[in-house]
Amino acid sequence: MTLLFFLAAGWIFLAGVYGMVTSRNIIRTVGCLAVAQSSTYVLLLAVGFRRGGTSPYFTDTSTRTPVVDPVVQALALTDVVVGATVTALLLALALQLRKRHGTVDPDALTGLRG
Amino acid sequence: MSRRLRLALFWAAAVVFAVAFTAACTGLPDFGTLSHPYGSRAIAAAFHQRTANTISSVNFDQRAFDTLGEESILFAAVLGGLVLLRRARDERLAGVRRGRVLPSTRMFGSLLLPITLVTGVYIVAHGQLSPGGGFQGGVILATGLHLAYIAADYGVLKAIRPLAVLDAADAVGAGAFAVLGLVGLAVGAAYLQNVLPLGTFGQLSSGGLVPVINAAVGVEVGSGVVVLLAGFLDQAVEIVSPTGKDNGAGR
Amino acid sequence: MNGSYATSEYLIAVCVLLVTVTATVAALTPEPVRQALVLAMLGTALTLLFTVLQAPDVALSQLGVGAAVTPLLIMLTVRRVRRSSTQQRDRERQR
Repeated sequence: MTLLFFLAAGWIFLAGVYGMVTSRNIIRTVGCLAVAQSSTYVLLLAVGFRRGGTSPYFTDTSTRTPVVDPVVQALALTDVVVGATVTALLLALALQLRKRHGTVDPDALTGLRG
Repeated sequence: MSRRLRLALFWAAAVVFAVAFTAACTGLPDFGTLSHPYGSRAIAAAFHQRTANTISSVNFDQRAFDTLGEESILFAAVLGGLVLLRRARDERLAGVRRGRVLPSTRMFGSLLLPITLVTGVYIVAHGQLSPGGGFQGGVILATGLHLAYIAADYGVLKAIRPLAVLDAADAVGAGAFAVLGLVGLAVGAAYLQNVLPLGTFGQLSSGGLVPVINAAVGVEVGSGVVVLLAGFLDQAVEIVSPTGKDNGAGR
Repeated sequence: MNGSYATSEYLIAVCVLLVTVTATVAALTPEPVRQALVLAMLGTALTLLFTVLQAPDVALSQLGVGAAVTPLLIMLTVRRVRRSSTQQRDRERQR
């Protein structure tokens, strides 16, 4: 039963990649990449969860309170924000593609043009 | 590559991935396991550095060098986005029509704008104590600023958004992180080692280098997201391609 | 104590289900503007999941990024692409 939490992350990843493969619009491809990326956060935080643990801050709790794993949270945290700027970079590329080639359909890009 | 071949390749890869991933998951410790060896060591190290928020301690102290790499990716992505979004030689600016705003929207917006900005600064400043830090606070500051667009119009947003200053602030924030690492070298320790006075556990001034780096990252993320959104807003609202008969933002 | 652990695990299960469903819908939505809306919902669902997984730090950044910034960027890109398409059509009509 608890294995399902991990498998959900795999499912989300595959759904995102399927969306990218079948996409006919480069903007949609970027959105699907964001979906696939979110699967890594689900997996990381599911691995770091601890039964009965609270969040890892000790401002007003005893230093012996059981807490969830802070390392995986630190990994996911920076990636959420960095991922957003990378999405922006990809969308800016999509805009340039539209301006220079007049299309956002990846299949319509038959070759490199100047 | 034809669409059918591409789909067939996807399904083949998906089956391999699904089998391997499921096999790997059965080898993981159970969900909610009580033993987190890395976590326990990170928490002990955070106590040693007197940082109450262990996640900030991991990000900006124990793994600060790794975070320097992450924020360099962020900086490079913002830079690349701006280069791609700048106005080309053959594009021109169209005047933006003033929008009409409901009085209630205007009131809520002008009420919420200062509150959101103060919340953003608070979250950056308390990163070493409570949930928050430069990354989250920066995003809140950047999105909060755009309440001006909702409450008023594009002209007001442009007036309260000094892009030249924010461009520079983005670079200064990114550079400050790298330069702060030299403090460690100057006193004979390792690069990015936390050598500042650690303060009292649970106080605003605790954590040594952590709140300082948090502030640098907050400035960088906040200004970076604002200038990126500005680039996209300009493209969507203001910039017109050369040959078109477009008459501005009305559509 | 055992009872409260079980409740929180049911909550997590509900949130994981919500995230999985919205992510699947988001990946299968063909139209970018609608996909941006579903992505905003996915961002909110992920925020909920991170909160019940005791990760308020990640939830905070996910709330700003997933529910606001990413969908907004997609919408703005679509708007720019559409505007140049209308320009193109106007041009062709004039010929």
